[in-house]
Amino acid sequence: MGNAFRRITIFIPYFWLLVFFLLPFLIVFRISLSILEYGSPPYVPQFDLSAGWSGFWDNLRLLNFENYQFLATDALYRNAYISSLTIAFFSTLMTLAIGFPLAYGMARASEGLRPILLMLVILPFWTSFLIRVYAWIGILKPEGLLNQLLLWLGVIDAPLTILNTNTAVYIGIVYSYLPFMVLPIYATLEKLDYALIEAAQDLGCTALAAFWKVTLRLSVPGIAAGCLLVFIPAVGEFVIPDLLGGSRTLMIGKVLWTEFFNNGDWTISSALAMVLLTVLVVPIVLFQNAQAKATERQK
Amino acid sequence: MKSLGNVRRSYAPWEDPEAKPYIRFDKITKRFGDFIAIQDLSLDVYEREFFSLLGPSGCGKTTLLRMLAGFEEPTSGEIYLDGQPLKGVPPYKRPVNMMFQSYALFPHMSVEANVAFGLRQEGMARADIKERVEQMLKLVKLERFAKRKPHQLSGGQRQRVALARSVAKRPKLLLLDEPLGALDKKLREETQFELMDLQQELGLTFIIVTHDQDEAMTMSDRIAVMDAGVVSQIGTPAEVYEAPNSRYVADFIGSVNLFEGTVAGTANGTVRLAGPDGFDIEVADDRDFATGSQVALAIRPEKITLSRHRPESGNAASGEAWEIAYMGDVTNYIVKLDGGKMVRASTLNRQRSVDNPIGYDEQIWISFAPDGGSLLDE
Repeated sequence: MGNAFRRITIFIPYFWLLVFFLLPFLIVFRISLSILEYGSPPYVPQFDLSAGWSGFWDNLRLLNFENYQFLATDALYRNAYISSLTIAFFSTLMTLAIGFPLAYGMARASEGLRPILLMLVILPFWTSFLIRVYAWIGILKPEGLLNQLLLWLGVIDAPLTILNTNTAVYIGIVYSYLPFMVLPIYATLEKLDYALIEAAQDLGCTALAAFWKVTLRLSVPGIAAGCLLVFIPAVGEFVIPDLLGGSRTLMIGKVLWTEFFNNGDWTISSALAMVLLTVLVVPIVLFQNAQAKATERQK
Repeated sequence: MKSLGNVRRSYAPWEDPEAKPYIRFDKITKRFGDFIAIQDLSLDVYEREFFSLLGPSGCGKTTLLRMLAGFEEPTSGEIYLDGQPLKGVPPYKRPVNMMFQSYALFPHMSVEANVAFGLRQEGMARADIKERVEQMLKLVKLERFAKRKPHQLSGGQRQRVALARSVAKRPKLLLLDEPLGALDKKLREETQFELMDLQQELGLTFIIVTHDQDEAMTMSDRIAVMDAGVVSQIGTPAEVYEAPNSRYVADFIGSVNLFEGTVAGTANGTVRLAGPDGFDIEVADDRDFATGSQVALAIRPEKITLSRHRPESGNAASGEAWEIAYMGDVTNYIVKLDGGKMVRASTLNRQRSVDNPIGYDEQIWISFAPDGGSLLDE
């Protein structure tokens, strides 16, 4: 009885992953191997159950890697990938540069203040992501709040063009994903025994050396988790480049959207998604390895 | 201070007015906001001394230690180490190492790397570090565990790694914050002697913070009993036990009976007390107390004799056994005097079979010698 119950409880998450993750993944993968065809749905071959097994195998033979070959030949896609990865990489660095001191300050704040600070970090999630990105348009546009402030302060003479540039995309990504960087780093720093830093100083480290050898070293798992949580969604980000970026901002999320909705090309956009997935699996695997080692250490 | 007779001492620099203290706390006050952690405290510790700061939690003993290590600065006053003021000297420049209560072992480093940490920081040559680490691990009997990570060790082993790490740099002064607090009783007793041996072997000065009076009594040359930011008494274990200077110290160290009374007269080194507990007490004390002043006699349970018949001497009162606890080596009694006061007495079981021990429902007498206890006016 107990055994059966255990099997069922284990089965439920596997079932969930199978139906809502693996199956859609396989469907997308199959579409990426299909051929564009005007119709509904807009690709061939269609599987026809009435044709039986032989029809299934005949159809399967029609699948090919042409879409992937096309992706490789057209520089647009390559550039979009490279540009997406670059933007995601530098946004992650900037988020880390802002997020780590924030998390550190929170972890070192008095115990009474910490829940309030944590609340402030989480608070933006209570508003729709879309609305928050729209709000940045109001701030960044030529006659927006930021330009008005800078003009009033006399820092600039003419409004800066920030909106519809890559700069606006960076601002948007860093702003939107900052909590995902702060929270895991805060979690590791908060657990850190301050006596370790004192011990390092006692044994001859300056405050800076103690920070480097103990605080930073021991917050690596948090930093890694934060970086992945920012980097991975930032690569595929669509809303921020679409709203804040300009016509020259090239990101894979936007290309995918265009292919799918504007051009109605399901096969190419599926192939784009598959390649993106492959690119992102690498850092995830690296992180999981590091994570496994870290838990090993804590045991 | 009352003389304690001929206690042989091989090491007592505090009795030598010429001796220069190694550490001097000079009128130290430390405030945290409105809270006064340490109040106008002065204290000397001598080279090679095993010195204990003993007190309940919150008495300021750890703050005192942390000021020596450099993690806190005194609000006023000055700390001298070997004659040099320590004000403004950061922790990493002080020739002092600390063993932390939580051990504070670096979780990402092996035992070896933990012990070597301070030496690497110092810039010691690689070969020398290796040799020193081996030597230290041998000292704490952990050679076989050099490659392990702290989480793979038992509590006692971690404690020894922390100890090895803190003495690896050969500091002249080692600070120990509740070093045995996390160990079980048996291990704690073993480790006490190991610590004493280590201190002798390396010729270090130890300052140890503890709330465990047995620990302080066993290991220390001298003990400072602290209470709410001030030192109540400094003395050898025998002095603080046998001649406490206040009700607080008498009560904190060991168990004690306090007889409150009024001074009825003093003559020839004897003070007569009229007690509210129904009997007069004579105490050997050559101090001059004003007649009528309120004092207390503190007397330890083992100084009280129990008998079935009225003893010849004075200082006796009758009562009945209220509680009897047979501990093997000793039997502890709580005697209810006729006046209602409860008195603790303990007798050593010198014969293997106690043929006719004092039991319940017997009229018994307690008595003690005039020099059995000490008079306290604080």
